[in-house]
Amino acid sequence: MNIKIKRFNSEQDIDEIVDYDIKDNKTILESLIEVKIKYDESLAFRCGCRTGICGSCSLRVNGVEKLACKSKLNENDLIEPIKNTKVIKDLIVDLEHESKLLKKSNTFLNKLEETTISKEDEKLIDTQSNCILCQSCFSSCPIYEVNDKFLGPYALTRALRYVDDKKESHKVQTLEKIQDNGVWDCTLCGNCTMVCPQFIDPKTDIMNLRMKSVQNGFEDRSMQYMTGAGFAGGFDTGFDPTGGFNPNGF
Amino acid sequence: MIDVLIIGSGGAGLTAALNAKKNGSEVLVVSKTYPTHSQTCQAQGGINAVLNETNDDNNQNYINDTYKASHNLGNQKNIKYLCENSKNTLMWLDSIGVPFSRNKNYGIAQRKFGGTKAKRTCYSSDYTGLKILHTLYDQCIKEEIEFLNEHYLLDLIVEENCVKGTIVLNMQTSELIQIAAKTVILATGGYAGLYHQFTTNSFVSTGDGIAAAFRAGAKLSNMEFIQFHPTTLENKNILISESARGEGGYLVDKDGNRFIDELKPRDEVARAIFKKNHDGEKVYLDLRHLGIEKIQEAMPQERRLVIDFLNLKMEEDLIPINPSAHYTMGGIETDIDAKTSIKNLYACGECSQSGIHGANRLGGNSLLEIITFGQVAGKNASDSAKEIDDLSISDIQYKKNEKQIEEIFEKETNLDYLKIKKEIGKLFFVNVGLFREEKKLIKALDYINKKKEEISKIGIKNKDKIYNKNLIELLELKNLITLCEPILLCAIERKESRGAHYRVDFKDKSLEYEKNSVCLLKDGKIKNYFEDVL
Ligand SMILES: Cc1cc2nc3c(=O)[nH]c(=O)nc-3n(C[C@H](O)[C@H](O)[C@H](O)COP(=O)(O)OP(=O)(O)OC[C@H]3O[C@@H](n4cnc5c(N)ncnc54)[C@H](O)[C@@H]3O)c2cc1C
Ligand code: SF4
Ligand code: SF4
Ligand code: FES
Repeated sequence: MNIKIKRFNSEQDIDEIVDYDIKDNKTILESLIEVKIKYDESLAFRCGCRTGICGSCSLRVNGVEKLACKSKLNENDLIEPIKNTKVIKDLIVDLEHESKLLKKSNTFLNKLEETTISKEDEKLIDTQSNCILCQSCFSSCPIYEVNDKFLGPYALTRALRYVDDKKESHKVQTLEKIQDNGVWDCTLCGNCTMVCPQFIDPKTDIMNLRMKSVQNGFEDRSMQYMTGAGFAGGFDTGFDPTGGFNPNGF
Repeated sequence: MIDVLIIGSGGAGLTAALNAKKNGSEVLVVSKTYPTHSQTCQAQGGINAVLNETNDDNNQNYINDTYKASHNLGNQKNIKYLCENSKNTLMWLDSIGVPFSRNKNYGIAQRKFGGTKAKRTCYSSDYTGLKILHTLYDQCIKEEIEFLNEHYLLDLIVEENCVKGTIVLNMQTSELIQIAAKTVILATGGYAGLYHQFTTNSFVSTGDGIAAAFRAGAKLSNMEFIQFHPTTLENKNILISESARGEGGYLVDKDGNRFIDELKPRDEVARAIFKKNHDGEKVYLDLRHLGIEKIQEAMPQERRLVIDFLNLKMEEDLIPINPSAHYTMGGIETDIDAKTSIKNLYACGECSQSGIHGANRLGGNSLLEIITFGQVAGKNASDSAKEIDDLSISDIQYKKNEKQIEEIFEKETNLDYLKIKKEIGKLFFVNVGLFREEKKLIKALDYINKKKEEISKIGIKNKDKIYNKNLIELLELKNLITLCEPILLCAIERKESRGAHYRVDFKDKSLEYEKNSVCLLKDGKIKNYFEDVL
């Protein structure tokens, strides 16, 4: 089986797509390891748990974000690094934005509310707290091309996880932090939801956060964005509908 | 100046960082991965604690179970501290936002694990490690803890048996950095990655911190005790947590018959399965009778893994399993204060041998240990740092590491280090696995001695400086090989069967060996002896 890997080497300033012949029916991660052993040991990619939980192996296959350890390949698939951040080498990208986005979005328990927690309370934040910070949603989000300050899907989903946490007594503090470059900047295109390997729905989470923002007295800026400069209509989301729903399970 | 330098950003390292910072210290966390890429995220089943002392359970029972599982090698004082403090530890995790699963009465839900009769294991569905690790990370961001991610610990700077900092390699640039610190905490995880392709562990669990401590002269202890998990997906070595059996799952043979009490300690269950596998028989985990609802609620992640990797459904199919290397009880010897045998050097988490697990670990005790002793290490390292005013360091260690890295880049290589890693994994699974005997152990030792020689001569083909993964992989392999000798020497010397260490040539426990094994490097030679359990 033939696969293509986009390789980048900043030292030699090479950016090329290379074809490799590999055995089929394996996970992408196993295929990358095969390439490394058979053809070129210098191929660089991140991986850890090989079970879809450490979030280190995300990449793109034919433009759609996937976890290498949990997905399989088809003939002539093109493997590339994730988007919206600097490529360091081959499939390895810079992730230093991660803690900055989380910090700006105030995604932590501010102050503990002494209260009882029921099964239902816990269920309310269960999905959101399954996020593995794989950055797939971040890579799929079209907003970064126009606004690199956007807090982005996983940071906002995590914000909701704390806003909805009954243990949090200062919910407004988090809501306040996600007004600028946050909930109102999202176009609700749904790309993030399509690619999340943990079946999280950041788009709906963001809609929820908008509602909670308004309920808590923050200005509804959705209209402003719809009619204002910059984001008006006709926005190319870059989303490829042939990718299918949640491509990460196989 | 850095007061407390923490190496490793798994559950142990992040907890230590939070506690040291809370105690007023300047903290830096250095790690070869991003925090949430650490292996702690893989823990599924849960974390043990006695939340309420009732007729069903109490601290003393917990202490007894842990001590019994340790086969008398646990340190009673340390176990007592761990167990009696378990409620506080859980309450702390709960208070910083870990979303534990709840029961009907608004309390934290608990399930039953092997080696105990009580429901003592708290959990967050089957994402316990993930949710703990991410919550700790969120708190670290809140507390503005500084991180140096993707920086690889090469060696400790130790002068006159006192640690003064470390030399690390910036993985993105291959540059070396000397980091001076008043105190250092190692939280670099275990070494079951040695069983490459026969382990549940992450690719990054390569025992680096333990190897660095060993080179610096620290005492390692109980390195021969390596736990095999009974239930991992056949040929994939992906864990199906003990909670599957705790929730009532069966182990059955090819005829559908149960052949062992599923809730016996891990070592016994794993050996029973291995024996069958060895005789060419398949073993299955049978969860069908639990029903889809229960399965979805208690183990959604594992259900998904079985679908993704074996294309089977837990609620309909039998799941073929085999045992694989899972957890390493041995490590850097520490006392109840998380102190090592080197001054100002602390260790916590799976890289330490903190006197809790002895010859075998109870499921759910590791997460508790990493948080408990992460807190202890953070506080104590921070206190010690307060007593140090100035730090003077020579550049001897830096020069050594500089030369080492230069040589690796310069050498022409003709040996395939990835192949060696695979060979060692298999060699260890077969010869240093669930069943051991002298001649096989010696065979493994001979092989390792040969490889040690060979590997010291090899470099890497890829000479790029930017994110050279080959360099890291070679260094990791060297660390694993460094640890092979202590493991094998202790396994050869322990002429008895105890816990995870089963010798077919010495099938019984022997009072003579009711001791901890120790290995340390002195004047370039390995010293290997037994010491009394305190
Ligand atoms: C699949 C699986 C399931 C498990 N389930 C459970 C369970 O249900 N309950 C339970 O109690 N235990 C469980 N365990 C065990 C438990 O998860 C681990 O023992 C524990 O998480 C170890 O935590 P740690 O912080 O010590 O190390 P780790 O989480 O392994 O972190 C080590 C850190 O050190 C860093 N590091 C390593 N080497 C270097 C270096 N050279 N330079 C810089 N940094 C370095 C790594 O990057 C990482 O950040 C499970 C383990 C596995 C593998
Ligand atoms: S929300 Fe989903 S896609 Fe985004 S980082 Fe989390 S797990 Fe990955
Ligand atoms: S829905 Fe919003 S956050 Fe998600 S990808 Fe689209 S624009 Fe980005
Ligand atoms: S290797 Fe951990 S998510 Fe793929």
